[in-house]
Amino acid sequence: MSLSVSKLNSNILIAENRRAAPEFSQKVRVLCWVMTQPKHLKSRTQHIRATWGKRCNIVLYMSSEVSDFPTVGLNVSEGRSQLYWKTIRAFQHIHTHHLDDADWFLKADDDTFVVLENLRYGLSKHNAEEPLYFGRRFTPFIAQGYMSGGAGYVLSKEALRRFVKGFADGLCTHNTETEDVGLGKCMETMKVQMGDSRDVLGRQTFHPYPPDYYLPRQTPRPRPWYLIYEHYQPVEGPGCCSDLAISFHYIDAVQMHTLEYYTYHLRPYGYKYRFNPNVKIQVRQEKRWLIQTLGVIHLKRKELLYV
Amino acid sequence: MMYEGSSFMKGMILGGIFCLVVSFFETFNSGTHSEGHEHLHHHLKPVSKDELEKLSESQMSDWTLQVRVYCLIMVTPKLLVHWATANDTWSKHCDKSVFYTSESSKVLEAVDLQEQDEWARLRKAIRHAYENAGDLRWFFVARPTTFAIIENLKYLVLDKDPSQPFYIGHTEKSGELDYVEYDSGIVLSYETMRRLIEIFKDVDRCPERGNALWKTPEETQLATCLKYSGVFAENGEDAQGKGLFNKKSVSSLISDSMGQNPADVVEACCSDMAITFGGMSQSQIQVLMYGVYRLRPYGHDFHDSLTFLPPKDSDND
Repeated sequence: MSLSVSKLNSNILIAENRRAAPEFSQKVRVLCWVMTQPKHLKSRTQHIRATWGKRCNIVLYMSSEVSDFPTVGLNVSEGRSQLYWKTIRAFQHIHTHHLDDADWFLKADDDTFVVLENLRYGLSKHNAEEPLYFGRRFTPFIAQGYMSGGAGYVLSKEALRRFVKGFADGLCTHNTETEDVGLGKCMETMKVQMGDSRDVLGRQTFHPYPPDYYLPRQTPRPRPWYLIYEHYQPVEGPGCCSDLAISFHYIDAVQMHTLEYYTYHLRPYGYKYRFNPNVKIQVRQEKRWLIQTLGVIHLKRKELLYV
Repeated sequence: MMYEGSSFMKGMILGGIFCLVVSFFETFNSGTHSEGHEHLHHHLKPVSKDELEKLSESQMSDWTLQVRVYCLIMVTPKLLVHWATANDTWSKHCDKSVFYTSESSKVLEAVDLQEQDEWARLRKAIRHAYENAGDLRWFFVARPTTFAIIENLKYLVLDKDPSQPFYIGHTEKSGELDYVEYDSGIVLSYETMRRLIEIFKDVDRCPERGNALWKTPEETQLATCLKYSGVFAENGEDAQGKGLFNKKSVSSLISDSMGQNPADVVEACCSDMAITFGGMSQSQIQVLMYGVYRLRPYGHDFHDSLTFLPPKDSDND
């Protein structure tokens, strides 16, 4: 089982995006709001604050009460039946106070893990002035479908305007307690388009369950219960999930830090990732030594050319 | 009755004293051999980034050719699920991986050593690997319950000469003896393997069937034989001194860190260049495989001096 040899000539196709991360954070501004409650701040939300929360351009922790966490106090009470009210009030608050601070508006639960860099990358090809909405697409209840609440969903600036306007004009109402379905219905009413968040290989980026639900190999079988609502044909095993995943849900505190470690820290030295989202990027080598052994290559001093 | 009883008691006492004397004598013997051998480095770290950048092309070329790994994975039919998981995941990243089993399984391929005793099996595997090494110069011995990131193993030994005796992993002490813990994986250089083959012939110092009154674990038996060959255990760690070889699972280590370092859980926990983890279930290992080889944030680039290509015919890395 040797590593593969690649016959390289003077041009090597490698995806390298050295400066992508800082550029994107100013070009693709994301405001994150986390649906939480006073009881969860210590057990859940603090771990978001310690991990991915700081990667948002702005992060707002939405609760029934204001606090030094800091949380925003919405004019709602807690409980499952209040979730859609919370969503409505949260987006209204954001529209009033932060509309110009961001281009895209992400909703997440306090047990969702999000990789902001991959979200920005996915959104970078789209125009926030268009009425768009991304997430994990579910089919039932609404004709055009809706995006799973737990996996997190993102509204473009125009979509946010339309959501708020819909309620202001009475076209959208609090017609359900299930916030993701309710929001999905309003999106349909206000003619906001459903986006496709899958990567170039058709793999999912938003996930309503933890990675161990999807990644283990399975023999072909009828859809398990957690894949029943899927709009796109679900894939079980390694093809389930993009390398550039955006979210996982039902993530407890230990898993939150574990995913942080996997995403941002633990890595295989020198590994050339199989998946290259941008195949158009070429590398021009100024001075380069190639040693063709069983798969080990030494590269020195490269320049980037974006085609 | 009394007369027989006291003979019995005398016999027991004499026997007990004899046992104590024999075991004392044995430890005394092994103690004296440790004098006169210098521990040049008890802690072993990877080459620094600065040093890597200073290297000449021919040096880099030598190193890249040397740093190829033969994985010996010691399985039994009882560990079939972990065997299959290792086969499907990390072992694909070894330059050569061979499964050595106590008895054959119809389901998975392995070299059947037909040996129930674990130490005897390990010896046979080592002999087989040495004879079939080809031009591979580094050897990694692990059970299938261990998960290894071979690229990070290569990074650790990159600047080490395999014609020198190296014996690396997570080190522990058994009395005066430093040994490498089996559960977190054992790294051996070619020279160490060569010396082992030699010392295996010495039935007094390195017997195949233990002559102690109780069974010693293979990891300490290995350390003892190696000590007689002048090879000493070294602890593999990163530039910050964090251990690279772990027998605990990632979530267990994270959980410990949450208790001990709540302000800085991930930073304080585990190395970015960790090599092994243990005690993980099959589905946790599939997630770890994805976490190591695939899941990453777009736009982060590391400028490593070497590149390792992904293995052929694999879809989970």
